[in-house]
Formats: sequence, C-alpha cells, structure tokens
Amino acid sequence: MFRKELRDYRRNGNVIVTMVILPLIFLIQPLVIIFKLSAASAAEVSQRPLLLYMLAIPALVPATIAASAVVSERQQATLEPVLTTPIEREELLIGKALAVLLPSVALSYMVFALFVACVALFAPHGIGAALLRGPLLLAQVVFTPLIAAWSMWIGMAISTRTNDVRTAQQFSLLASLPSIAVSSYLAFSGFPTTLALALALGAALLILDVVGWRAISAIFDRERLITGTG
Amino acid sequence: MSRNSLALSVQGLTKRFGDRVAFEDVSFEIGYGEIFGFLGPNGAGKTTTVRTLGTLIQPSSGSATVAGIPLSPENGVEIRRRIAVMPETPGLYSRLTLAENLECFADLYETPRPKDRVARALGSVGLTGRADDLCSTLSKGLRQRMALARALLSDPEVLFLDEPTSGLDPAASHDVHGLISELGRSGVTIFLTTHRLEEAERLCDRVGILNTTLRTVGRPDELRDRLFAKTLIVRTVAPLADPSRIFTTLPAVRSWRTDDGASYILSVSDPVVAAPAVTRALVAAGADVLSIGESAHSLEDVYLELIDEAQGAEAAT
Repeated sequence: MFRKELRDYRRNGNVIVTMVILPLIFLIQPLVIIFKLSAASAAEVSQRPLLLYMLAIPALVPATIAASAVVSERQQATLEPVLTTPIEREELLIGKALAVLLPSVALSYMVFALFVACVALFAPHGIGAALLRGPLLLAQVVFTPLIAAWSMWIGMAISTRTNDVRTAQQFSLLASLPSIAVSSYLAFSGFPTTLALALALGAALLILDVVGWRAISAIFDRERLITGTG
Repeated sequence: MSRNSLALSVQGLTKRFGDRVAFEDVSFEIGYGEIFGFLGPNGAGKTTTVRTLGTLIQPSSGSATVAGIPLSPENGVEIRRRIAVMPETPGLYSRLTLAENLECFADLYETPRPKDRVARALGSVGLTGRADDLCSTLSKGLRQRMALARALLSDPEVLFLDEPTSGLDPAASHDVHGLISELGRSGVTIFLTTHRLEEAERLCDRVGILNTTLRTVGRPDELRDRLFAKTLIVRTVAPLADPSRIFTTLPAVRSWRTDDGASYILSVSDPVVAAPAVTRALVAAGADVLSIGESAHSLEDVYLELIDEAQGAEAAT
C-alpha cells in the first residue's frame, strides 16, 4: 500500500503542486523579509524564535495530501476492492500514513535546509547568527515530524468523512490553521520560548499524535466507508 | 476446513440499514466448483449480500460460512484470504499501469512470487501486451477484464462477481462470459450476481432469485418445470373441426385451449410421449399439421413470474 501510494502521489498533479507551491511560499516570503533586514536588526532578531515560522510547512503540507488518501479511493471506487483483501485496517492506515508522512517530513527538512543555507550564505551580516541558533535548529528538527503527524491525522480524518477530494482538501487546509497560528505566534509574538515550554509542547504533540492514530482507527469503519451508513 | 465442505452456506441471513431491509432471511448452499447465479431486480439486495459475504459489512442476523470459515468479524481476514470480490465498478488506480495495479493487490494478498502472479493474471484475461499502459487508457470492457484479473491474483476458492458485464456492449460481455466459463471449468466457485437473465442461464449451474427475500433456488430447467406446466404448441394449416374430440381422447394430454385460430396449446405430462401421440391423432383426423413443438419457458419467464408473485403479495399486504 505504501509503495502504491507513493507511485500514485508521484503522478498526481494536485499533490505535486501542493508539495511544491506551499513550501515555496513559506520559503520565499521569510527570505525576502530577512534579506531586507539591516545588520542593525540582528539584536532584535536574536530575541525572537523566528525560525519556528518554518514549522508551517509540516503543519500544512501533510494535511492537504492526506485529505485525498481515503476519499480519492472512494471516488475512484478502489476502496471496495482494497477492503476485500486480507489487509487489516491498521496496516492499511499505516501504509497510507507513511506515504504521506515520510515525503512531507523529508520535504520540510529539505526546505528548511535550503532556508538555513540561504540565510547562512546570503543574509546581512549578523542576521544569520542571530536567526540560526542551536536550540531553534534542534526544535525545528524535533517538532517537524510531530507536527507533520498531527497534520496528517487531521487530513486523514477529514478524508474518511467527506465525499469529495476538493472539499476534503479545503477542510484540511482550514483545520491546519490552528497549528500554523501557534507556530507563527511563538515565532513573532515575543512569547518567551523556554526548554520547559518546548518539552511541554513536544509532549502535547506526541499525545495528540497517538490520539489521532486511535481516532482514525476508530472512524475507519469498512461498512460506513462502503455504504455511507452507520 | 476441507475442500469437501460447502463453499458457501448461508442460513437466515438478514441485513437491515435502520428501518430499511436490504435482504431478509436468505438461506442457500453452494458447493465447491459451482457457478451460482444470484438474480434480482435493482435494489433487491444482491450487492449487499455480496458485501456481507465478502466481510465488508456485518449481517444484522443469521449466519454463514464462507469458504468453510464462519462469517464473523474475527474471521474477516481469514475469509478474505480465501475469496476475491469483483465489484460492479472495476475500481482501478487510473494513474498506475495495469501491472502496477496488480502488483499493489498482489502485495495486499501477500502472494508468493508476485511478478509471476501478475503476469499470469494478465495473461488469463488477454492483457499481457498492455501491462505497462496506464489504467486510464483502458476501455470499459478492458477495465472489467482487469478487475477480473485482479480478482484472480490470489487464486480464490470463492469468487464473487457483482454484475460483471454491467454496462458492457455485447462483444465485451461475450468476452467476459468466456472468461467466467473458463474459470468455472477450472474449478473456481463463482457467485455471480446479475440481472441479465440470459447471462445466468448461459453460465450458471444453479440460480437463486432474490427480491429482498430469496424467492427460489434451483437449476434453470428445474425452476421452469417447477413453475410452468409442460406445454405443446400445435399449429395446423386450418382450424380443426372438432379439436376437443382429438385432444381429450389422448391420455398424455391433460388439457388444451385454442391459442389463435389454427393454433392450440396443450398441457401435457411429458412432451416426449405426448408429441408423437398428438401427431398421430392429428394425422388420423386428417389435419394438415404445420408444426408441433414444446413451449420453451426461459429463465426470464421464471424470473418475471416470481417477481410478479412477490409484488402481488406485497400489494395484497
């Protein structure tokens, strides 16, 4: 299922566009702002965890891709043949989840690496050092998969409950906004980001991911998915 | 379970969606290697029965064994290992090639040597040459064939075919019929739902007629005999002067009536005995006989009779 999903996504124009356009927006926009900063802004930049803004990518991309994971199978009428094979519900969900999660996390890391490289090489003097602080880099690495997993479960939950891919994608986009709002707030508000806060947020995300997995398993009901009842 | 047990055994199976009854108190048995036709009008509950036996939905009551395994949520995986379902809509991944589609399902069935299985399945439906084409390029008939290839990947003990020729032109239907006949000859148990009666008559060893409840089960010829009196149609050049004198004296003729001028319908106990006797009596009476033939009731007649009966009973209540 994992291999099939990857093949399908690779040839799906919507998914490719989503995976290219959204990260580009979240890459170019901050770079433009950073390149406009003067060296004198370095002190101000060092006070804020602006790097966390990049967490919007793992918050957004997995949800919009996962939104089509189940509903597109229903639309193509492929869900019924799949569900009549011996595959267990959990195996099917894990296959679909990994096919969304792994490329999304890889893409997030790639875009982040590109961002870091651009800042390190081309940002005004002092800005790079102020922006690229060790704890923030670590936070980005740790929080990316946690946020991506939560975003993916949201997308998949919506996908199991809708009858149209576009509707599912729009709802998923909407449902991703709170995660983006939180990461943006932390990045720009000046709210003190401490190790304790990072640990608390990490634990909360981990719990949400487990809850998401359980919730999806519970709502992924063969009978309801096939007949639309129950 | 051994191969000697029944491929399908269904006892009092019922499925309700809230207040709506999909099918009710359905019971039948199917032996291994049999092609069983499940007939019924639209909305009769055929697809829901397939989905229930295919472990996609749970019955409201009743019991069944599928490929020797009791139908229950716990046995779902084990049952699905032994069966294959070809739904009415082929449901292919349009962005994948034929071979990639089948490889995906070979993985899901955990079949050994998946590449060989895929090649064999494609070969069995005559699509080897299109293995690397995208499924989106297939015609409707070829999509049905592909769905059949997919259903054959796991060498199922019981194969459920839900309206396999739905929406196909006669040539494509003929192709699919050929494939089903071949499968039947190779010993696969086939549960075929259809509302195409000539399809059932041509392919099936036995048929069941469902209209929410199962109206009857039997071989097509058995059902005809059960429902309709055996009749001879006699045509003469001119109306007989005294047909009663000829027909009532013959022991093989139970009753008779005039159909249209010089045409007579005779109810007989055995057409093979009655036809020569009727011919001799007509010749002896000086009648010029145009034809004497057994009235052929098709499965369609049986079907319509049973569906009419059901509708009549519903109207009465």
